[in-house]
Amino acid sequence: MECENGKRAFLQGSEACVEAALTAGCRFFAGYPISPANEIAEHMAARLPKVGGIFLQMEDELASIGAVVGASWCGVKAMTATSGPGFSLMQETIGWAFMTETPCVIVDVQRVGPGTGQATKCAQGDVMQARWGTHGDYMAVSLCPNSVQEVFELTIRAFNLAEKYRTPVTLLTDETTVHLREHLVIPPLENMEIVNRKKPKAGEQIFFGLESVAPMPSIGEGFNVAVTGSTHDERGFRFTADPVVHRRVVEAINNKIRKNLDDIVEVESYNVEDCKVGVVAYGITSRAIYEAVEEAEKRGVKVGYVRLKTLWPFPEKSVQRLAENAEKIIVPEMNLGQIVNEVKRVAGCTEVVPLNKIGGGELITPEEILEKILKEAP
Amino acid sequence: MGERTFSPINYLRPGLRFPFCPGCGLYALSDAFLRAVFELGYDDFRRFCFVSGIGCSSWIPSPYYLADSVHTLHGRSIPVATSIKLLKPELHVVVFGGDGDIVGIGMGHFIHAARRNTDILVIMGNNMIYGMTGGQVAPTTPLKTRTTTTPYGSFEHPLDAARLAAMAGANYSARWTTAHSKELKECFKKALQMDGFRFVEVVTQCPTAYGRRAGFKDIGEMLRWFRKNAVLVAEAGKIGEEELEGKIVVGEFIHRRRLTLVESVYAVLKEAQKDV
Repeated sequence: MECENGKRAFLQGSEACVEAALTAGCRFFAGYPISPANEIAEHMAARLPKVGGIFLQMEDELASIGAVVGASWCGVKAMTATSGPGFSLMQETIGWAFMTETPCVIVDVQRVGPGTGQATKCAQGDVMQARWGTHGDYMAVSLCPNSVQEVFELTIRAFNLAEKYRTPVTLLTDETTVHLREHLVIPPLENMEIVNRKKPKAGEQIFFGLESVAPMPSIGEGFNVAVTGSTHDERGFRFTADPVVHRRVVEAINNKIRKNLDDIVEVESYNVEDCKVGVVAYGITSRAIYEAVEEAEKRGVKVGYVRLKTLWPFPEKSVQRLAENAEKIIVPEMNLGQIVNEVKRVAGCTEVVPLNKIGGGELITPEEILEKILKEAP
Repeated sequence: MGERTFSPINYLRPGLRFPFCPGCGLYALSDAFLRAVFELGYDDFRRFCFVSGIGCSSWIPSPYYLADSVHTLHGRSIPVATSIKLLKPELHVVVFGGDGDIVGIGMGHFIHAARRNTDILVIMGNNMIYGMTGGQVAPTTPLKTRTTTTPYGSFEHPLDAARLAAMAGANYSARWTTAHSKELKECFKKALQMDGFRFVEVVTQCPTAYGRRAGFKDIGEMLRWFRKNAVLVAEAGKIGEEELEGKIVVGEFIHRRRLTLVESVYAVLKEAQKDV
């Protein structure tokens, strides 16, 4: 499926993800078969070679993400797509990518877990894994689309943020969103912002550990770059026992994200200033809030919502503002309560009410959210 | 043009020193490799990229070689090297790793890279032990050897990595020891001039974590053990399995020309773009 820029297209979420990745400049993909993420790899296998990119099916997820990081160090935008079990297997290398400041995009199509769970059914159980899946201190960046249009937009944004901040970015989607077929409008290429990484000038030797994001050389350019996931100084030389060097590099890779929240965090919000009941939702579940809010308003309940397009870093400011106005906040999730704890963390005295549903890929319906709003409304 | 003379300094980062224990075989391994690179006419590493995993052998290029080097995770060097070679086919992509790294935790990648005939040279320093972590039993430890995790002697059969690479599809696979420096250098030269998956296993002495516990008095005794027990591949075929127990089979296990991954992938690109 190819689509022209500036045109309407009717695509599956997976296809939109692939087309967006190619638009963003992705020219390398490595993956391993897993439901429900297979369509992304299959579209990539067909599309990438046509634009001169390389597609590889590797022997496992560890190899897939490893190849992605290697590709990125060759100056090529690179991506993989997987689901919960594969995402778990990739975590060590994702940590390595944080430490080596390697731009790359990981699409996690969430399915029901834990374990093999329900391989073809929708869920939102990988939320905390996307934040804390690998060991150590780091700032995860995860984007969470709720439509085919947004899969397209946030895939491009994922590449842009990865390149700008030299960090892995997760597109945290789910079985239903990538299998939806919807119309989307692909903006003309000239209206799209495509970010490319900052490159060093000849003779430069500082490639790591700057809050301002160090320039990234590619292999084969004569920079003699030393890349390591062990604690390293600005040149990439290992210091595996020095506390000062460790603090410096790890604080820098955290601060380069933490100090740019306004640039990274995106939400869609509605009626935040004038509501009694608030809803915080994300991903596929957030599609049900529009109708629920409309119906609640018809019944005289003032409802506002914050929809988290950026899941990590957590949009604290937006949720805090909602909490300042709403008397209660409802958090619908297709898990047994993950983001609800983040909401509680920033909600102060405002009561936070979870609405959970798991198993079988059954989505949370507008009726269920409406019922909860009416029950909790003061 | 003056006569070229070999100096390792030309290939090493100024101001850094190898961190290996006195008597470690990795000095000899690196020396043979650098001499091979020199004798092939390369005065620097501009046309090389090094990828390594975790372990002592993985520290040879990173960051000590004055080159692009990617120091990956334990066992994951080969997939990283795979994409680098495909995207930078003009470079020699050389993987350094130990036996635990390449054929312990990284075994899956090793077999698949050989099967794909991925155009990389994998150099495995086989010290028959997990040296960096203090001397635990490895998949390459000879039967009945005492290690920190086999205090009663190891009770598993060791792996024949060089033979495995040949069977899995490599273009080239060879094994030598640090007591065979000339053969090793020539073997590196040959491998560097080939395409496809090339594997060189270097049986190397680890006096600290292996020799000490396995009952060797000094490094000389370990090197003499390598020499004395080395059997050429051609000879090994004539000896019974029982007699080969404890021997080190050295030489070339395979040397052939199969379609390589770089050739296949670039053929696909050409095919896909025919009608574009």
